[in-house]
Amino acid sequence: MKASNKISPALEMQTVSRRRFVTGVVAGGSAIGMGIAPQLLAAAKSVTNNQQGPKTLRGRQFDLSIDYLPVNFTGRQRTATTINGSLPGSVLRWKEGERVTLRVTNNLEHDSSIHWHGIILPTDMDGVPGFSFDGIKPGETFEYQFDVNQSGTYWYHSHSGFQEQTGAYGAIVIEPKETDPVAYDRDYVVMLSDWSDTPPEKNYAKLKKMGDYFNFRERTLGDLWQDIKDKGVSGAWRERSMWNKARMSDRDIADVTGYAYTYLMNGVTPSEGWLGLFKAGEKVRLRFVNSAAMTIFDVRIPGLKMTVVATDGQNIKPVTIDEFRISVAETYDVIVEPEDGCAYTVFAQSIDRSGYTRGTLSQSADRVAEIPNMDPAPILGHGDMGMSMEGMDHSQHAMGDGSSMEGVDHSQHNMSKPAAMAGMDHSMHQMDMDAPMMGMDHSQHQMSGMRTMQDQSAEEKNLGKAGFGTATKITHVKSEFGPHVDMRADSPQRGLDDPGIGLRQHQALYGRKVLTYADIKNYYPTLDTRQPSREIELHLTGNMHRYMWSMNGIKFKDAAPVLLSYGERVRIVIVNDTMMNHPIHLHGMWSELETGDPEYIPRKHTINVQPGSQVSYLVTADAVGRWAYHCHLAFHMPGMFREVRVTQGEAK
Amino acid sequence: MSVVTRTLSRLTLILCAIFSGPALAGGMDDPLLSMVLLDQLEYRDADGHDPLVLQAQAWVGKDLNKIWLKAEAERVDGKTEEAELQALYSRAIARYWDIQVGLRSDIDPNPSRNWGVLAFQGLAPYYFEIDASLFLREGGHAALRVEAEYEILLTQKLILSPDLEINLHSKNDAASGVGSGLSDIEAGLRLRYEIRREFAPYVGVNWFKKYGDTADFTSSGGDAVEDWQAVVGLRAWY
Repeated sequence: MKASNKISPALEMQTVSRRRFVTGVVAGGSAIGMGIAPQLLAAAKSVTNNQQGPKTLRGRQFDLSIDYLPVNFTGRQRTATTINGSLPGSVLRWKEGERVTLRVTNNLEHDSSIHWHGIILPTDMDGVPGFSFDGIKPGETFEYQFDVNQSGTYWYHSHSGFQEQTGAYGAIVIEPKETDPVAYDRDYVVMLSDWSDTPPEKNYAKLKKMGDYFNFRERTLGDLWQDIKDKGVSGAWRERSMWNKARMSDRDIADVTGYAYTYLMNGVTPSEGWLGLFKAGEKVRLRFVNSAAMTIFDVRIPGLKMTVVATDGQNIKPVTIDEFRISVAETYDVIVEPEDGCAYTVFAQSIDRSGYTRGTLSQSADRVAEIPNMDPAPILGHGDMGMSMEGMDHSQHAMGDGSSMEGVDHSQHNMSKPAAMAGMDHSMHQMDMDAPMMGMDHSQHQMSGMRTMQDQSAEEKNLGKAGFGTATKITHVKSEFGPHVDMRADSPQRGLDDPGIGLRQHQALYGRKVLTYADIKNYYPTLDTRQPSREIELHLTGNMHRYMWSMNGIKFKDAAPVLLSYGERVRIVIVNDTMMNHPIHLHGMWSELETGDPEYIPRKHTINVQPGSQVSYLVTADAVGRWAYHCHLAFHMPGMFREVRVTQGEAK
Repeated sequence: MSVVTRTLSRLTLILCAIFSGPALAGGMDDPLLSMVLLDQLEYRDADGHDPLVLQAQAWVGKDLNKIWLKAEAERVDGKTEEAELQALYSRAIARYWDIQVGLRSDIDPNPSRNWGVLAFQGLAPYYFEIDASLFLREGGHAALRVEAEYEILLTQKLILSPDLEINLHSKNDAASGVGSGLSDIEAGLRLRYEIRREFAPYVGVNWFKKYGDTADFTSSGGDAVEDWQAVVGLRAWY
């Protein structure tokens, strides 16, 4: 692998489909034709402003303006919503311990706002219209001012309407007060995003009218024929019948795909490619931020190991990996050590493999690396529906042999009858069989067995011990039943060590170690070592056909706030009753993800909950106020949203 | 025609009642949307004169409640032979199913007929799109229409779609040319190419057969009781 990167002028243009190529035409219309020899192309390249991403602003005082700006990512001019005249907006560099003042002027025709994503600050500075303040009216300036008490990689974005989707986002880098435990010589923000030439409101309407509007990987007659050849008529029938009865598609990975999106890296299209220069022998820190509206990316740099040193701005125990998934709104900081004389492609493919963005790490602009092919598009399995675990086999690129399909009937019961014990038994049995995939430590039965080791207060309340996740069996509340909810996971997976759909076989197939949530341990000891006093169980719900999203079957508009009492430590249990990933973001307080080590519980601001899965995390309610709590997928957010209200005194 | 106008104005009132909730912000997840679907707009190469046929639906509303219009029309030699309009209130009752109530007016042929409608429209297991409608009108005349459609993806854009429609009536209505019992079956097979999701020309075949007294009424009027037709048309929505 490395050898091929030594001298690497071979841009593989033929791997880029014509359509994707077209949607990657660059602003300014630099004419890259299919016929031009790649070598010439590489040689002709020079660094343009365009390739280097947004500028950086440093200091304590910042003037930001939100404006409309003409952009051209696809060959067609469109209007973006931008901050300080670039997409993404300027990188803001702050210092921990300083007080920053940000004067934000809204030059739009509508109300606007800026939310400082992942920053711990007073509620009136959080920038959520309706909770924190009234928003910034057209023509007005709002002054944000707060103390910066943290360091790391974060980002900011508009929290008004769908403005963020059209470009109103940028990165924040905060230099630590103390010596950074992470050594590096150079750092770059790598901001991933998705751009659609169609206004977001129109894309949203299309999804409401046709849930699979953007999905061009549905099963075809040819796929059926292949299944019949592989598994026989009855085998193929059995495998399809669950999906057909449920009227769901196992090819439904992303709501909006590369059909609509051009994927950007620091605002640069994949045909142009963002460029990060390094000098020989340097350790480079890449600060990945996913500011996409709807796109989860899988990131790798062929030829380079990545050492993950932080996520969501928080230092973690370093983990060396080859590939990681970054859900919407998450950040990951990695250290790479590029070799002298080499060029590398920073490759970020969308979770459904309908497109990618890429950049180059190189010592000079004229040396680029080969662009890898995208991996095969994933196919959902029954496990991703929160059904029986044997589905895991099938989700791995449909490599299962279909021999364990008797489980389907159980799962079918599971879907309609909550707590159908036949289904449970079956799934637990399967877990024993497939233990290596699932991490038995997280299984319910194991957790029950561990209760004897738990401290008394948690034991009395029958809660799992802090750091290990809940021990309570999930239940579906009444509001989850009706035409607005199309599925309920009755045996949700607990696989924090599951790399997720489309990545599960990468170690075996390609020798690529993929980061999982189970790998993430806090660099520092857990600050609040109390056990949770109670659990709050929330289910992520929706109807994909009608394109409706909610929590516990209740959308934001109709929901009561989640009440926390100041100072209490609670566990939030999220159950994903859908077959989509949902990045869940809590404002104002850390979400401490229970990854199995109570001494080093990692802190995150956004937690991705896999399809048909459950996740537990702890929250210390140390910030009085009204906070937003929601799925960060832009089209899920309007419904899949709650207010979290922290008040002095007993929460009811 | 006046019945249709009256129906529509009444439905507009109902629409206002449904959608004028408290004037609060935050309803952003569920905007008022509308859709028009020309499911079939096609020329049929028939035995005799070639008809131009339209089957269309339109709705306006929100996630769970909509006003739904369904129209069917057939023109031969510039003359409207058949025109039917339904105006319905549609409410989601299950994951994939809506219940619809409202009125149907058969504007053509003469004499016109007006019906009350109760329908279930949705997606059955195995992805069959179903529209089952019960029609009632004065004199205790009931009619049942069941339509089913299926889509076979040959590729992501080339889609083969068989459909089937069955009509039954409880009574003879000689003036309208329908007889009691099974009155007719119509089946089609259309191959469309989605240039965009919203725009798909197609070719196909259509077959119908009339049964019982309906067949007798039809043949005495000099029309075909059974016919195979080649069709060419357009499916479009926005």
